[in-house]
Amino acid sequence: MTPTLLLDAADIAKTYAGVRALKGVSFDLRRGEVHALVGENGAGKSTLIKIITGAERPDAGTLRVAGRDVPHMDPATSHALGIAAIYQQPALFPHLTVAENVALALEGGGLWQKVNWRRRRENAAALLARVGSTLDPARTVETLSMPEQQIVEIAKAIGANARIVVMDEPTASLTTQEVERLFQVIGRLRESQVGVIYISHRLEEIFAVADRITVLRDGLTVDTRAAAEMERGELIRLMVGREISAVFPKEAIDIGKPVLEIEGLTSAAAGIREVTLTVRRGEILGIAGLVGSGRTELARTLFGLTPAEAGTIRLNGTTLRIASPADAIRAGIAYVPEDRRQHGVVLDMSIAANTSLASLDAVSRHGLIDRGRERASAQEYVNRLRIKTPSVFAEAGTLSGGNQQKVALARWLSTSPAVIILDEPTQGVDVGSKAEIHALMQMLAARGLAIIMISSELPEILGMSDRIAVMHRGTVRGVLDRADATQSTIMALALAQPSTH
Amino acid sequence: MRGLGRREASVAGAVIVLGLVLAAVTPGFFARDNLSDLFLANMPVLIIALGMTLVILTGHIDISVGSLFAVCAVSSGVLAKAGLPMPLVVAAACAIGVALSIANGALVAFLRIPSIVVTLATMIALREGLRWATEGAWIQDLPASYQWLGLGPRAYPLVVLIVVAGLQVAFKWGLANLAAGRAVYAIGSSPGAARLAGLHVERVTLGVFAVAGALVGIAAVLNSVRFNQIPSNTGLGLELKVIAAVVVGGTAISGGRGTALGTLLGVILLSAIGPALTFLGVSAYWERAIHGVIILAAVAIDAIRPMAATRPAAA
Repeated sequence: MTPTLLLDAADIAKTYAGVRALKGVSFDLRRGEVHALVGENGAGKSTLIKIITGAERPDAGTLRVAGRDVPHMDPATSHALGIAAIYQQPALFPHLTVAENVALALEGGGLWQKVNWRRRRENAAALLARVGSTLDPARTVETLSMPEQQIVEIAKAIGANARIVVMDEPTASLTTQEVERLFQVIGRLRESQVGVIYISHRLEEIFAVADRITVLRDGLTVDTRAAAEMERGELIRLMVGREISAVFPKEAIDIGKPVLEIEGLTSAAAGIREVTLTVRRGEILGIAGLVGSGRTELARTLFGLTPAEAGTIRLNGTTLRIASPADAIRAGIAYVPEDRRQHGVVLDMSIAANTSLASLDAVSRHGLIDRGRERASAQEYVNRLRIKTPSVFAEAGTLSGGNQQKVALARWLSTSPAVIILDEPTQGVDVGSKAEIHALMQMLAARGLAIIMISSELPEILGMSDRIAVMHRGTVRGVLDRADATQSTIMALALAQPSTH
Repeated sequence: MRGLGRREASVAGAVIVLGLVLAAVTPGFFARDNLSDLFLANMPVLIIALGMTLVILTGHIDISVGSLFAVCAVSSGVLAKAGLPMPLVVAAACAIGVALSIANGALVAFLRIPSIVVTLATMIALREGLRWATEGAWIQDLPASYQWLGLGPRAYPLVVLIVVAGLQVAFKWGLANLAAGRAVYAIGSSPGAARLAGLHVERVTLGVFAVAGALVGIAAVLNSVRFNQIPSNTGLGLELKVIAAVVVGGTAISGGRGTALGTLLGVILLSAIGPALTFLGVSAYWERAIHGVIILAAVAIDAIRPMAATRPAAA
């Protein structure tokens, strides 16, 4: 006897404005399984999800939900059939409470119906309890952290009796610990016979949570296998269609004199205290820690975005006074921020203008930009960083995530820094671009740059760092040498209880 | 470097079509006197719209320019009557424009109050303050040195033409080639990224408001010298014409996108419509309504285009 499939999509094809996003993808989902969907950016994952949730109509192929043909899927039908999607950025109303958000998703009825506030709160609390959360339903969503918001999304999905839950990069902004908790929730969903479609760039997660894995490449299903029968290297090969020799291209580099020395850096505004760290020439210093442990805040203080009350910052032996990003840039510090689309690149501007933005002085004289020099410099970085673009005049917003990140990198490299701080350099970047960015970091270190890399991804921290500083509650808990660092030694430091009260 | 943008091309196209229709129906429209009158009547908008383009490019807006225009115009008349020489009158009007506009800019840049709220308040405060100071009286008996800038009615239009042309060229060139121009675009597109790139966001915002204020001062003097008296309610509704021209010219109201050339074309299109109607025998009462339709069409095109553009990219 064959088990009824929750979802069966066969030979799905979709063309957008002449581009064949999906050429013939087949995907199915069983009850109580987690089926991971993997592939590089542009492989067709998002398009397939849009077709499953009814946001887009396929040009060809059949869609069956719980054994029944669904010829015309639309968002309302998809909702009625018990399909719910949870995206990287939770789609909640920030000014409303958790209870209201849940109620808006679940309560039907007319606009003039009287609201039963107590029932709303009880309902929300009950749903939250089912996913093992003790979140207060009366809190407004804007006061919640990203993982808490995701919990609310999951509670909504369960409340709607979703039988199929799609999770699109749900862990992009979560720390390891929060990911663990999410996996427990996924475990509960699995036990209650819900099918989960799980999309992530993080292969460790895929292997930790998935029962089966389907690989998409260039709009085609490459393979579907049980996760237990898939090997990591094999999965990467299937995704990119070529061998990526080493996942982390770490090589030994001669590490030189200290470049940046931070001593006792304290900033109440940033919530960091007594941070003491040294980064040397050619060294990659990884900074690990949970979200909120002060990693990004440390970078922002170093860069003059938040004022420091105490402590010294020395660069090549000279004590610096940094009151603004302009001071930091002049001194030779560069900062590639975490939030690429908000702070990393200016999406409306060309690659050339983005590249020169932090070093306008270098390409201009008396405030007049030398367009020829600007263009030549941008072209050089496009070649060196292998930015895929038709021209340096293409707008940054038209590039893929990985290429945007390279443009951000180009901007900071063109300030000729002595130290570069990379905050989550490969977040939301596909496997191919990720390997390229890692190779670039290695090359920059080899040229004598001192690199500080903040990352929530432990394999990246372990794979790329020479030393690892672990932060906890605004201060550095410990610094590990590459040889001594393991996931568990890092996590032990990151989770350490505070010594004071 | 990129030639005419899409939006500039479509506004230019509309201007040309309008011109061709007028040329065919009423060649008299292109008589020198008529064009000169049209130019002088819209000169304040031409000048102030350049400053407004900067303000909107940085992601702000200034609805106090009409009131500021009145303050500068009345002040210039009062100072001229007090015997101040003409070059100093012009300088003083500019200085008043800069000072009051910088006050707007400071509230926006340092206190982070939305510019629409700040300039709404100063629009009312300046207008009512002026009414209180003048008690509604017009400034009359202006000295001869004030009339036509002391140049006479023949030389005056030429001088104004040179000033306006010079400003247009300077802004077009400056926005494209100066580091300061780049900063304006960057701050308007992404204030966060601009700050991280070491740009002094507050300073640039203040500078943009200062330039806008100086232009209001210049426009106020150049306009007032054409008349025998200065009405204390001059410039009423000017801010709407200016903002409309900038928006029609393709500057995104959210900032970061737009050009000085687009603004010039926007002013030409909007200011030619009214007289064109008169020449074509249509009631002039339609002018404002047609302005409204053009503005809606322009913003609707902006709203539709990104939607169409994001669809294929969603793959």
